[in-house]
Amino acid sequence: MAEKFDVIVVGAGPAGTACAYTLAKAGVNVLLIERGEYPGSKNVMGGVLYRKMMDDIIPEFYKEAPVERHIVEQRFMMLDQESAVTFSYKGLEWDQEPYNNFTVLRAKFDQWFADQAVKQGALLINETVVRECIVENGKVVGVRTDRPEGDLYADVVVLADGVNSLLAKSLGFHKEFRPDEVALAVMEVLKLDKKIIEDRFSLEGNQGCTFEIFGDSTKGVLGTAWLYTNKDSVNIGVGAMLSGLIKHKMKPYELLDYVKNHPVLRPYIQGCEQQEYLAHLIPEGGYHSMPRVVGNGVIVVGDAAQLVNAIHREGSNMAMASGVMAADTIIQARELGGDFSERGLDNYRVNLLNSFVGQDLKKYKDATHHFEKFPHYFDKYIPMMNRAASQMFTIDGTPKREKQKKIWNDLGSAGEKFRMARDLFQAWRVMK
Amino acid sequence: MLHIVACIKQVPDTKIIKMNPKTNTMDRSSAPAILNPYDAHAVEEAVRLKARYGGIVSVVTMGPPPAVKAIKKCIEIGADEGYMITDRAFAGADTLATSYALTKALEKIAKIRPIDLIICGKMTIDGDTGQVGPGIARRLDIPPLTNVKKVVEINKAEGFAVIHRKLEDGHEVIQSSLPCLFSVEKDINEIPYSPLPNMLKAARYQPHIWSVDDLEEVDRTLLGLKGSPTIVSKVWPPEKPKGGEQLQGTPAEQVDRLLEILLTKKELFAVKGGE
Amino acid sequence: MAIQDHRGVWVFLERKEDTIAPVSLELLGAGRKLADKRGVPLGGIVIGHKVKPLAQIAVEYGADVVYVYDDPIFENYRTESFMKAVIHACEKHKPEIFLYGATSTGKDLASAVATDLETGLTADTTMLDVDSETGLLEASRPAFGGNIMATILCKKHRPQMATVRPKVMKALDPEKKRRGEVIVETLKVKEEDLRTKVLEIVRDTTKKVKIDEADIIVAGGKGLGSKEGFDILHRFASVIGATVGASRDAVEAGWIDHHHQVGQTGVTVTPKIYFAIGISGAIQHLVGMQNSGLIIAINKDPEAPIFQACHYGIVGDAFEIVPMLMEAFQNALDKEVQYGGKI
Ligand SMILES: Cc1cc2nc3c(=O)[nH]c(=O)nc-3n(C[C@H](O)[C@H](O)[C@H](O)COP(=O)(O)OP(=O)(O)OC[C@H]3O[C@@H](n4cnc5c(N)ncnc54)[C@H](O)[C@@H]3O)c2cc1C
Ligand SMILES: Cc1cc2nc3c(=O)[nH]c(=O)nc-3n(C[C@H](O)[C@H](O)[C@H](O)COP(=O)(O)OP(=O)(O)OC[C@H]3O[C@@H](n4cnc5c(N)ncnc54)[C@H](O)[C@@H]3O)c2cc1C
Ligand SMILES: Nc1ncnc2c1ncn2[C@@H]1O[C@H](COP(=O)(O)O)[C@@H](O)[C@H]1O
Repeated sequence: MAEKFDVIVVGAGPAGTACAYTLAKAGVNVLLIERGEYPGSKNVMGGVLYRKMMDDIIPEFYKEAPVERHIVEQRFMMLDQESAVTFSYKGLEWDQEPYNNFTVLRAKFDQWFADQAVKQGALLINETVVRECIVENGKVVGVRTDRPEGDLYADVVVLADGVNSLLAKSLGFHKEFRPDEVALAVMEVLKLDKKIIEDRFSLEGNQGCTFEIFGDSTKGVLGTAWLYTNKDSVNIGVGAMLSGLIKHKMKPYELLDYVKNHPVLRPYIQGCEQQEYLAHLIPEGGYHSMPRVVGNGVIVVGDAAQLVNAIHREGSNMAMASGVMAADTIIQARELGGDFSERGLDNYRVNLLNSFVGQDLKKYKDATHHFEKFPHYFDKYIPMMNRAASQMFTIDGTPKREKQKKIWNDLGSAGEKFRMARDLFQAWRVMK
Repeated sequence: MLHIVACIKQVPDTKIIKMNPKTNTMDRSSAPAILNPYDAHAVEEAVRLKARYGGIVSVVTMGPPPAVKAIKKCIEIGADEGYMITDRAFAGADTLATSYALTKALEKIAKIRPIDLIICGKMTIDGDTGQVGPGIARRLDIPPLTNVKKVVEINKAEGFAVIHRKLEDGHEVIQSSLPCLFSVEKDINEIPYSPLPNMLKAARYQPHIWSVDDLEEVDRTLLGLKGSPTIVSKVWPPEKPKGGEQLQGTPAEQVDRLLEILLTKKELFAVKGGE
Repeated sequence: MAIQDHRGVWVFLERKEDTIAPVSLELLGAGRKLADKRGVPLGGIVIGHKVKPLAQIAVEYGADVVYVYDDPIFENYRTESFMKAVIHACEKHKPEIFLYGATSTGKDLASAVATDLETGLTADTTMLDVDSETGLLEASRPAFGGNIMATILCKKHRPQMATVRPKVMKALDPEKKRRGEVIVETLKVKEEDLRTKVLEIVRDTTKKVKIDEADIIVAGGKGLGSKEGFDILHRFASVIGATVGASRDAVEAGWIDHHHQVGQTGVTVTPKIYFAIGISGAIQHLVGMQNSGLIIAINKDPEAPIFQACHYGIVGDAFEIVPMLMEAFQNALDKEVQYGGKI
């Protein structure tokens, strides 16, 4: 006889684990199924974990959890071929508890987080792939795994299976994502001595910093690159829209190689030893790509529901928040007598859209598409900015006033200036 | 009803291990801990014998607390019970001290349920000696049977087992009294993908955990580093070969050059005949 | 018992068919050096039925004294019976060092004996040395999957025991004239005291690959890509009269039987010519073939470590190079045959 649980959660990423943790803490009999060898073994993330959402689930988690460094400085680089304009904010208010953000290595962090869920009473099984949802009378009643005697039943199945969510797709919740709805990211974890990291990035102790890199790093494809510091390694990666990569016939690892060898970035990673190479999709369709998130006996959370804020590269926080909201909805539905139909679970959808997750996704709903439609930001304005900075800061005896004039002329004809102003205004509109 | 106990160990995956070139120590974080692959076959064989004759399969391990994971893996394969002995006193054990500690654990397990058969892996991939199994057998004064590649029969009623023992050029068929100890080859069986109920059982399972104080009549001087006659006096990286001549030119030129070289060394070709 | 009461270096003489196993002869060679350095006799122990003639062979290969346990009860190797003989001899004659071949028999016996004598045993040794003063045996072996070498000492227990991998030590040239002492020991072991019986010994005659005896080995690795990829190797091997070898990854991929595996967990080979084709040259593979007479590597990655371990290297695609080599050899062979010779 196949066993029945109250809830089965598929996927032990931040979304699934947050959900299972919350359910188990409330005494719900929950099973968490992960296909990897252990939670985090297959998971990829640039590496910034936002404190707030995790803190809501496990207060002061950073005292126990395997976080790498707390971030005190965020740099934004506008990269040209041999130069960069950089903005940075370093704030030592972030050097104190409760901190702001952390870098994490998912292979360690997810495993720890899942352990905490297990301590709350969730049951976790690894190395098991959920093949499909078992549907009876239009209702999801369980899951079918790839193991012998592999069926299991539950009142509710939570799909936290990440960006591709084949399971939600097979339920007809979404179609295959289009290349302009997903970014392909590749990254490497590079081993680097703790001491060297601290010297190169001007850090003390467990302070960390992040670089977000725009412009030449993606060679005209919409995307960004990043460089984050861990304890004794750095993460360097590039993510670019799949559609752009296809159009420009570019391979993601070629981009990464380019970034690693970029004369401005190279010195930061010199002498590193490659530890890991990872590739992953990021859902970037935003609000417009959100699939159906609730069905009879089923809820979709995290990346599976396309909950990523592409502009701010937030994902894990939204994943966790959605996982908790799903858990709360289920707990509530149980208390109200156990209506797990689409109606009974609809609160999840409502709460999600009303929360920061829904709000932010809505706010930036046109951003990715806007930037993809207007590549000027990358191939024109950033180089322009670099030239301007170069002229301004080159001390060659030219009076500053004359320099400004030259920069102004460099911006082109009146028509071009107008176009640029319009572009910037539109960018401001989609971002605001 | 047989009671079969498999001895299992958690080991760093030496396939992907990284060494620290300065200290010549293993970078533990680079190597995930896994169930010793040979021991998985020991457990699988025990589970198969259970299916054939009925009975109970237990596993025992000596190791640090995280080794619970390896025990759970054995429950996934189909073991019923898991015992772990863990204590600072065991640390630094060589094969002699390991077999002593495990023997004490096995004696205690035997009091819970008499043991008919003990199965070990051929060797561990970290210790890599294959000595612990026979060591345990000697201490318990039961016959050690190494290189077992097939179990023909276990006859508890008449108290004997028949097995095939692998030799360099074939095998021998051996009959032994029970209880006895097998060290099994990797090719004795293939480990199937565990059924889901086993996975759930393993996820829920809590092994029995004992410290030295839980064991009986232990001579502490025989444990751990103190009880180990061998010590590692130094470690060094294996010698790197010097490297030879890279042939130059187009593929055709390289081949010609190689042939030329080989033909000057005709004595090498005084062939004995190939396959 | 006091350590200084122990004297002499011993070798367990494993029988193979009607003679002494090659590994035991190699150990006599290695043991001879240790014994000379210490200024002590080199002993051998041979156990079996009608094995006395083997003692003389051992002497020719370097033994000063050979202890013989000759009895029908020792007809077949059994841990229980052999162990009793070895322990009997050790307790009576107290050797300081005791070496066994790291074969299934040697390892089995040594493990049991070490436990009963409560002494240290180093497994799979590949290097041996002794401190001439203290008599401390320095037994070195690959550890952690071959990633490092470790030297292991056994300071307070005797005899110091080690199993030694076949083919890494060198046997001496036998000298017919060498004289040594043969001591016949008697030990009564009763059949009813033994709990194991050898019912049958099955020699595997179908398995023709004796890769460790081959003069030329053509070995392939993961780079050959498939079982079909190995076909070209088999053809090449038959052209030049070679035996096919393989890396572990190729074996694990199921392209070829594991009898062909060369390396740490496979066989150690010392052919006159070793072709490594599509093999990266991992340390675990190298330890199994690095003593070959002439090593030729074919690999398309110029950075592959195998090029550090070979005498001649060709950077190129195996599927391009091997057929060319095959043809070139075939032509050369045909020419030679015309002149009545074989290369
Ligand atoms: C390169 C990159 C950089 C990023 N950087 C950041 C960042 O800096 N900060 C940030 O907050 N977010 C970042 N994100 C986004 C963030 O990683 C994701 O939003 C987040 O991991 C989503 O969590 P999740 O639990 O929904 O999905 P996942 O983390 O993808 O977890 C899904 C889990 O489900 C398992 N699974 C899938 N299918 C099955 C199945 N059929 N059966 C069983 N198990 C299954 C998977 O193995 C996996 O463990 C980044 C993403 C990428 C790719
Ligand atoms: C404890 C332990 C014991 C081990 N024991 C052994 C052992 O006994 N024996 C053993 O071999 N290994 C052993 N290994 C495994 C060893 O570490 C390596 O993984 C293995 O030897 C690699 O096999 P490979 O060279 O065939 O494959 P790879 O490392 O994948 O190398 C394939 C090579 O083929 C080349 N190539 C690809 N295509 C072509 C082409 N068309 N033409 C030419 N070249 C091509 C590639 O450049 C590459 O160098 C052991 C490992 C461990 C941890
Ligand atoms: N610490 C341990 N705990 C349990 N069993 C062990 C342990 N060490 C070795 N063994 C068993 O002994 C076999 C041989 O190990 P080794 O002598 O280390 O190669 C292994 O395959 C296990 O079955």
